[in-house]
Amino acid sequence: MITAERKPFEEIKESIRDFKKIMVLGCGTCVAVCQAGGEKEAGILASELRLAFGNEGKKVEVSNETVVRQCDDEFMADTTFLEKVRETDVIISIACGVGVQHACNFFNRAMDGKPIRVVPGLNTTFMGANIDLGLWEERCIGCGDCVLERTGGICPVTRCAKSLLNGPCGGSSDGKCEISKDIDCAWHLIIERLEALGELERIKPVELYKDWRPSHSGGPRKIVREDLRL
Amino acid sequence: MKSGSNLERLLEKGEFVVTGELGPPKGPDVKVVKEKAALLKGNVDAVNITDNQTAIVRMSSIATSRILIEEGLEPTMQMVARDRNRLAMMSDLFGASAFGIKNMLCLSGDHQRFGNHPEAKNVFDIDSIQMIYMVKTMRDEHKIICGEEIEGDFKMLIGAVCNPFADPFHYRVHRLAKKVEAGVDFIQTQCIYDMKRFREFMRQVVDMGLQERCKILAGITPLKSVGMARYMAANVSGIIIPEEMIDRLRGAGKGNVASEGIKMACEQIQEVREIKGIAGIHLMAIEWEHKVHEIVEMAGLLPRPRL
Repeated sequence: MITAERKPFEEIKESIRDFKKIMVLGCGTCVAVCQAGGEKEAGILASELRLAFGNEGKKVEVSNETVVRQCDDEFMADTTFLEKVRETDVIISIACGVGVQHACNFFNRAMDGKPIRVVPGLNTTFMGANIDLGLWEERCIGCGDCVLERTGGICPVTRCAKSLLNGPCGGSSDGKCEISKDIDCAWHLIIERLEALGELERIKPVELYKDWRPSHSGGPRKIVREDLRL
Repeated sequence: MKSGSNLERLLEKGEFVVTGELGPPKGPDVKVVKEKAALLKGNVDAVNITDNQTAIVRMSSIATSRILIEEGLEPTMQMVARDRNRLAMMSDLFGASAFGIKNMLCLSGDHQRFGNHPEAKNVFDIDSIQMIYMVKTMRDEHKIICGEEIEGDFKMLIGAVCNPFADPFHYRVHRLAKKVEAGVDFIQTQCIYDMKRFREFMRQVVDMGLQERCKILAGITPLKSVGMARYMAANVSGIIIPEEMIDRLRGAGKGNVASEGIKMACEQIQEVREIKGIAGIHLMAIEWEHKVHEIVEMAGLLPRPRL
């Protein structure tokens, strides 16, 4: 899933300082699961803002709403609070960066082109897995050309700090990456996994240059599925 | 001949070679380069010019290498995968060749987290093994990666590094084999202190016959002080310094630690000379260039052979 972390409260507060009618918009999917931007977090942020502005003696209206997926028209179309959006000065979207942009785009369309101001309340971090309670780790950078079949199901493009395809580098020590003792060396894991599978031979040939075109290096990406289009 | 460099010809002749290292200044100060070059001249056969080592911004390895040529030394231009994509690498290699640089060394590069611009975006378009293959293709097939022909002559002796002290240990020889497969001509190892582990590594190398397909130079770094030894052991990934070496340094007593460090380095040189498959040493006297002459002389490696 996509993981995110809430921005520092002061940064969020500063970004909406000039506005009176504020809506915190939660997203009920990925960021709800990682407890950064779901319904509960939308409520908490709205309360914190009311309290902070109240203490400053500033009169603001802060409401909160949540949609199941801000990144999808189908779910945004179910929105029951469109009229409230029309009256709002600023929306703090606590979805991932996709949700922030899509919510903005959706509301603009729904308001017949009336520009709606949307600011982010989260920093979108990575595509990762929930490893343990309160612990998420990055697992995929979406390079567009999966190599997991050759690397024992452990991604070196994402999990090696240098994205080496012929690792491990000389900085691998006791199974840890040179950049931090808290980060596993992906290549150490790959070697262990392939050995356990009896497939170490797989990484013995030189892996040649990666084609980065399917990744973000090829420019912003788009998927067109003709079979699904109307 | 792959490049016709001094280093290549000495290695081909079977001479026990000595390469040195020069870290460029943190600015365009040519004087610093010339001073360090003067200290190395005549004491080593070729000099590695580091490429923003430990991710600290310094004069480029290509420009520093050129200054070395003008000073009458032979450079080995280091190139890291951290700072350049394949386009920049190939164009710099053309430039290096045009400047008369005949040896280069392919490295991944220390992560920028360690340097003076940790907020930088890294590149890592291709890795060090792919870089070896790229340079070999350029030299032997006269083509760049996309298949286009190179205009003019491109010659280069291809070096790379190997760290027998990184983990997982048993895989290290296989990674070296991949570098050999990719086309490396010579290898310089990480600084050796744990001789037992190094001997075991070289036994594996010889078992696979890798020393017949590339020349292996043993990395030697004299320990200047107990503090330096402790710092390296604790903070530099992939360096193992046995406790007894640190004890011996400390035991030398005040004022004698540096000379004891040099003595130990010379003993290490003698030890590696006797290990099968070692074709020379790579002496990394970090910010201790003025001691290189003394070390090489004490190790009985002077005068350097002339061709």
